[in-house]
Amino acid sequence: MIRALVARLRQKHRTIAYPAVVPELPDRWRCRPVIAADLCVDGCRACADVCPTGAILTGSTPPLIDLGRCLFCPECAAACPTGAITYSRDHRMATRGRDDLIVGDELRLARALDDAALRVFGRSLKLRQVSAGGCNGCEADVNVLSTVVFDLARFGVQFVASPRHADGLLITGPVTRNMEAALRKTWEAVPTPRLVIAVGACAISGGPYLDHPETLNGAAAVVPVDLHVPGCPPHPLTILDGILRLLDKLPPT
Amino acid sequence: MMPIANGGRVSLREVPQLPVERFREEIVAAVGRGGRLSAFFGRPDGDGTLLLALLSSGETSGLAAVSARVGDAYPALTPDCPQAHWFEREIHESCGVTPEGHPWLKPVRFPRGDVGTADFYRVEGPEIHEVAVGPVHAGIIEPGHFRFQCHGERVLHLEISLGYQHRGVERGLVGGPDRRTMPYLETLAGDTSIGHASAGALVIEALAGLAAPPRADALRGVALELERLANHTGDLGALAGDIGFLPTAAFCGRLRGDFLNLTATLCGSRFGRGLVRPGGVLFDLDPTRADGMKARLANTLRDTTAATDLLWETATVLSRFEETGIVTPAACAELGLVGPPARACGLERDVRYEQPCGIYRFRQIPVSTWSTGDVLARANVRALEIQRSAEFVAALIGSLPEGPLRTPTGALAPDSLAVALVEGWRGEICHAAVTDDRGRFAAYRIVDPSCHNWTALALAMRGQEISDFPLCNKSFNLSYCGHDL
Repeated sequence: MIRALVARLRQKHRTIAYPAVVPELPDRWRCRPVIAADLCVDGCRACADVCPTGAILTGSTPPLIDLGRCLFCPECAAACPTGAITYSRDHRMATRGRDDLIVGDELRLARALDDAALRVFGRSLKLRQVSAGGCNGCEADVNVLSTVVFDLARFGVQFVASPRHADGLLITGPVTRNMEAALRKTWEAVPTPRLVIAVGACAISGGPYLDHPETLNGAAAVVPVDLHVPGCPPHPLTILDGILRLLDKLPPT
Repeated sequence: MMPIANGGRVSLREVPQLPVERFREEIVAAVGRGGRLSAFFGRPDGDGTLLLALLSSGETSGLAAVSARVGDAYPALTPDCPQAHWFEREIHESCGVTPEGHPWLKPVRFPRGDVGTADFYRVEGPEIHEVAVGPVHAGIIEPGHFRFQCHGERVLHLEISLGYQHRGVERGLVGGPDRRTMPYLETLAGDTSIGHASAGALVIEALAGLAAPPRADALRGVALELERLANHTGDLGALAGDIGFLPTAAFCGRLRGDFLNLTATLCGSRFGRGLVRPGGVLFDLDPTRADGMKARLANTLRDTTAATDLLWETATVLSRFEETGIVTPAACAELGLVGPPARACGLERDVRYEQPCGIYRFRQIPVSTWSTGDVLARANVRALEIQRSAEFVAALIGSLPEGPLRTPTGALAPDSLAVALVEGWRGEICHAAVTDDRGRFAAYRIVDPSCHNWTALALAMRGQEISDFPLCNKSFNLSYCGHDL
C-alpha cells in the first residue's frame, strides 16, 4: 500500500488544464491541410493525383479539400511542386454537417446543440462506442479520453457499456457489411432523443476503404450523424473539442 | 522446397510445384523438424487452385516456399499438422476448395455475409448453459463474437467467431502498388501501423530489387520498438484494470500516450502513419530532436518501470495472474503460436532473433521469455520487452547511421513471389506478394500474428472461470481487424 502511494506521488498530477490551456501538438503533427492560394498553380493536379482517397477536389484554384476523406498523410504536401500545401497544427476540425468538411479557406466548426437538446445532454452525456470496421487507431485515441490526461468525465461525458444506458453512439470504422445489422440494432437500443458522433475518416467517408463493396462508406449509410470528427485517427484533442463544442462547453469560433 | 530469405524474392517458376501428396508430406515433415507455417494460401489457377505454403525453418534462418495444384478437394494437412487449421479454413472459405479430413471447416471472415451464422461447437447436457457475447462489446473495443459453453461458472469451451471487421484489404491491394497501398497497410491493424507498413515496404523493396538505406532501416527500427513500448505498456495497464488494480491501470494509460507522442515527434502521427514508405522513410531525426526524444524516453521508461513494478509487488495481483489462462508449451508448438504468448511458454520465437532483417541484422535484442504460460508469464514477457526495447531505442537514436532516407523505387519484378516477416508487438507479421506479368500485385496475403494466436485464447479459457475471460483476453490482446482484413 505504502509503495502504491509513493508511486502515485512520483507519477504526479497529469490531467491537462484544457480547455483553459490548450496543449501544443508535436511540431510535425498534421492537422488540417492548408493551401496557399498565391502559390497554387492553375491546372496543376499533382496533389490530387497522389491523394489516396480523392480528398482534393480540383474544380477551383486552389482546390477544396474534403476533410472527411483526408487521411492527413504527407503525400499531397510532398507532391506539391510549389510547396503550397502545409498542415496546420490547429486541432479544431469537428463539424456538424458533412458538407462543412469540404473546405477552402474557412472551416465552419461544429455549432452547439439547440437549447432543447442541451437541456437533455448538456450536463451529462453517456456514449456507447461502436467499432464497425475500425482499425483500432480511432478506438485507441477515443479510449485515451478516459485516461487521467484528458479525464473526459470532468466534462460530464462518459462511455457506458450498454446502449440502453447511452444518450448516443460514437462510431468508428467504415461500417462493414458484416457490422451493419449490429450497428443498426445498437442504435435502435439507444433511447430517444439520441446523438451520433462519427469519428475518423472511415466513419465519415469510408477512408481508405472508400467504395469497397465490403463496406458502406461510413456511419451515415446506417444512422443519422450529428457530429463529424475528421482524422486518421483524429488527435484525442480533436475529438474532445468536437464533443465539447456540441455541448456548448467551448467558446464559439 | 525453394529457399527464400526474409525480405527476399524468387521467380514464381522457381517455386516447386509438387503433387499434393508430396506437398503435404514435405510440409508435415518440415513442421515435425521444428518448422512453422508462416503463410499458407490458395489462388485461382486456371480451373483449379494453386496452394502456396511459406515455412519458417526451425533449423536455419530463412523461409522455404512450396506449392501444389489442386482441384475441388485435397487431403487436409490439419490432422497431421494442427497449425494448418486456420489456413485451411481460410482456403476453404476464399477458394472453395475442400481440405478433406479437416476437423471443422468453420468460416473465418464471412466475406459473403451471414456473419456469425456458423455451426458452433456445443456441449450438451442438462446443466450446461451457453453465454454469447458480442459482436458489440462493453468497452471501446473492436467487434467479435464469443460463445462460452459453461458448467456453472466453469468454461468448458470458448468458440470465437470473427469476420465483423472484414473490409476487403487483401482484395484492395491486388493491382497495386498504387496510392492506396500504404494507407491499406497502415490501417489493416491500426495499432500495428509500423509493423505492417514495414513488412509491406520490405515486400515491395524485394520485388523492386533494392534495399532501404541503413538510416531508414534504423528509423523503422526505432518506430517499431516505440510501437511495441506503447502497446505493451497499454496492455500491462489494461491487465491491471481488468483485475481492479487501479494505480497501474491509471499510470499506464498516461504512459502509453507518452510513448505514442514520441512516435508523433518523429513523424507527426501517434501511430506512425506516413513514416514508412517503400524505399525508406519520409521523416528524419536530427540530433536536437533525437536528444529531446531520448530524454523523454528515459523519463517515460522510469515512470513505466515504477508503474509495472507495483504489479509484481502486490500479492492480490500475483494471485490473479498466476496459473490463470495457461497455454502449455506442447499446445504452443502444435498451434504454431507467435509473439509474447509463445515466448511466455518458454519458446525463443522472435523474428528479430530468428529471421533478422533491416536494422536487426546489425543490432540484436535479447529474446525475452518466461516459462509458465499463464497470464503472469504473458505480462512478464511484456515487462521484460519494455526494458529491452527502450534500451534499443535509446542506443539507436544516439547513433543513427548516416546517409539518405530513401532509395527511389522502380518497377516491380514480374511473375515473382516476395515475402517479409516482421516481429510486431503481437508477434510475427507475414506479408507475401505475388506479381503478375506486368509487375503488379496478382495476390497479396497478410498474416497478422492474431491469425495464429486466436485459438490459443480459446485453449487458455478451458477450465477457467468465465469471469477470468477479460483478463485472459487482455493477456493476448489480439487484433480483430488484422485477422478479418
